[in-house]
Amino acid sequence: MNGFIYPNEAETAWGLLIVLYPYITGLVAGAFVVSSLYHAFGIEKLRPLARFSLLTALAFVLIAPVPLLAHLGRPERAFEIFITPNFRSAMAGFGYILLFYTGLLVVETWLAFRRDIVRRSEAATGLRRAFYSALTLGSRDVSERALRLDAKVIRVLAIVGIPSAFLLHGYVGFLFGSIKANPWWSTPLMPIIFLISAIVSGVALLIVLYIVATALRRQPLNHSSVAELAKWLLLFLLVDLTLEGLEVLSMAYENEEGWAIVSQLLTQKLAVSFFGIQILLGAILPIVVLGGLALTDRLGQRVRTTLSLGTALLVLVGIFAMRWNVVIGGQLFSKSLRGFKSFAPPLTGNESVVEALIILSLPFFLLALFAVLLPPWEKEAALEGAGVPEPTVTIPIPSRLVGPRAR
Amino acid sequence: MGITRRSFLRRAAVVLAGVAAAGAGWSYLKGLAQSANEAPDQAASLPSAPVQQRTPQPHHWAFVVDTTKCIGCGKCVAACKEENNVPEDPHFNRTWVERYVIDEQGEAYVDSPDAGVHGFESWPVNSKYQNIQVVKSFFVSKLCNQCENPPCVQVCPVGATYKTEDGVILVNRSRCIGCRYCIQACPYGARFLDPNLRVADKCTWCYHRISKGMDPACVEVCPVGARMFGDPADPDSAVAKALRENRISVLKPNLGTRPQVFYIGLDQEVR
Repeated sequence: MNGFIYPNEAETAWGLLIVLYPYITGLVAGAFVVSSLYHAFGIEKLRPLARFSLLTALAFVLIAPVPLLAHLGRPERAFEIFITPNFRSAMAGFGYILLFYTGLLVVETWLAFRRDIVRRSEAATGLRRAFYSALTLGSRDVSERALRLDAKVIRVLAIVGIPSAFLLHGYVGFLFGSIKANPWWSTPLMPIIFLISAIVSGVALLIVLYIVATALRRQPLNHSSVAELAKWLLLFLLVDLTLEGLEVLSMAYENEEGWAIVSQLLTQKLAVSFFGIQILLGAILPIVVLGGLALTDRLGQRVRTTLSLGTALLVLVGIFAMRWNVVIGGQLFSKSLRGFKSFAPPLTGNESVVEALIILSLPFFLLALFAVLLPPWEKEAALEGAGVPEPTVTIPIPSRLVGPRAR
Repeated sequence: MGITRRSFLRRAAVVLAGVAAAGAGWSYLKGLAQSANEAPDQAASLPSAPVQQRTPQPHHWAFVVDTTKCIGCGKCVAACKEENNVPEDPHFNRTWVERYVIDEQGEAYVDSPDAGVHGFESWPVNSKYQNIQVVKSFFVSKLCNQCENPPCVQVCPVGATYKTEDGVILVNRSRCIGCRYCIQACPYGARFLDPNLRVADKCTWCYHRISKGMDPACVEVCPVGARMFGDPADPDSAVAKALRENRISVLKPNLGTRPQVFYIGLDQEVR
């Protein structure tokens, strides 16, 4: 501690778990956007990843409430937020939005995999058969007509899901951005910064997961999908860096009462995690590399994919640093604007590094489980169905939906 | 298809009824758990029939701190801890005293050792500023401002913190979920998470006392009358007189919270 802090500020109210929470919801929103780029906008190059990214979003959204629950002083009362919400609170809508969005993801995933579920229930025997039969929910019609209807609904959900994903994560930004007591949080840019950084982190996660999963499966990598993701990553990174720069620039230029302490926060307390990790390693360097890849076509596919993987990993670290800099950074200085305190999460126990690592690993285990239960890769799903009569495409986007309608 | 509309509706009705029953059971269990909870509300220790004088009639309480009188003895902090079972740990306080020391260059030094509970007389607290050319120094006591427009009440997701009719902000301890959003939203650092109950806590202006016509504990023990409490609508009250006869200000007026703790002699360095 240096300078003066209010006596009650010695405790850091929001610790590592609250850093983790926006990190996870951001990955959800980003992964969903990747899946919707194919399902809603028909970007063919992302088709190999569309189902996998949907499962990724689902795995992460199911774990999203865990760090919050683990952080609550009285977790047994968590349901109060549904039962007795105070709608003037920015936090009260959270439960409903998360619930709605989880429901949407469950329905869309079910529809996207319905044919595989039906097929597995028919091929399997015993317990496995019972499991998949239950998953069909009695809907066993996989005729071309039925699948076309599925695809239609998926498309609608993929479109509705985008504003919902935006709402989910923009909302998290609003939780911070609406706190006028805190000059580092209080900016209307906060929701949009959270939103864009969410998409950035989700795209980066899928680059990494896709490459790793393909290597684990010993399958040939679709380099053009990685290249497409890298392009989207570059685009969103540019917007993200612009917004984050604008936030700090306008605070510095307006030079209000809070800037004196915020500037010290950035240059002293957060110098490494803000300028070093979030901005330099997490944004500028990736932009340089991805921008270079976009400008030249000299490098071979393998080199390009390796570079994309490296930048994606940097971006994932950078976005985590961004969450840290907001959540923890906003609590390192006193609201008296007169001093700083230090914060380091404990290694074990409540709100600890170990606890956070365990929670962060949960969605990956869940995703691995989903990938066993439901075939995320179209090609393998198609092979599995060999012998069973089936239409040729898994998730057809009927041309009449994309083009002008004709009947 | 095996499912007709009629059978679907029938099944749906059964499922809905089941969900409703489960919900009712849950609320019932919660009710049981709550009734077993001790000190459910900060206002819970109220007597069923309040004594005369300050009855819960249309009052609008106010608090006045005269910083020109405060001697930094810390009796208010100690009395508050005792009266309200506030943890002894100096990181949890419903009220505290800050010392301001301003040197020749206009530099302000601020501290509040152990929240001021032991005063400022002991060594090394007393000798801390020996090497500084002190131009002026003073004490400022802090407590919940019971804002007219309270950000903590606004952000509480479950409505556990609320404003009473007479303008005091309280925490219903049986409903607080311990999310700490109110702690973040309070610009004054007046709130903390009770380490034992794991719920938010803060100054209530001794609501259990003022509802019986008594003064808050800190006001009662202050040896110099630096803390005053009452209803400004009563022209004979100490606060009405203090507000009438002095130029007053509040903390962080730019945030629009409209504090109901008014300060006499507040320096621009105080935030």
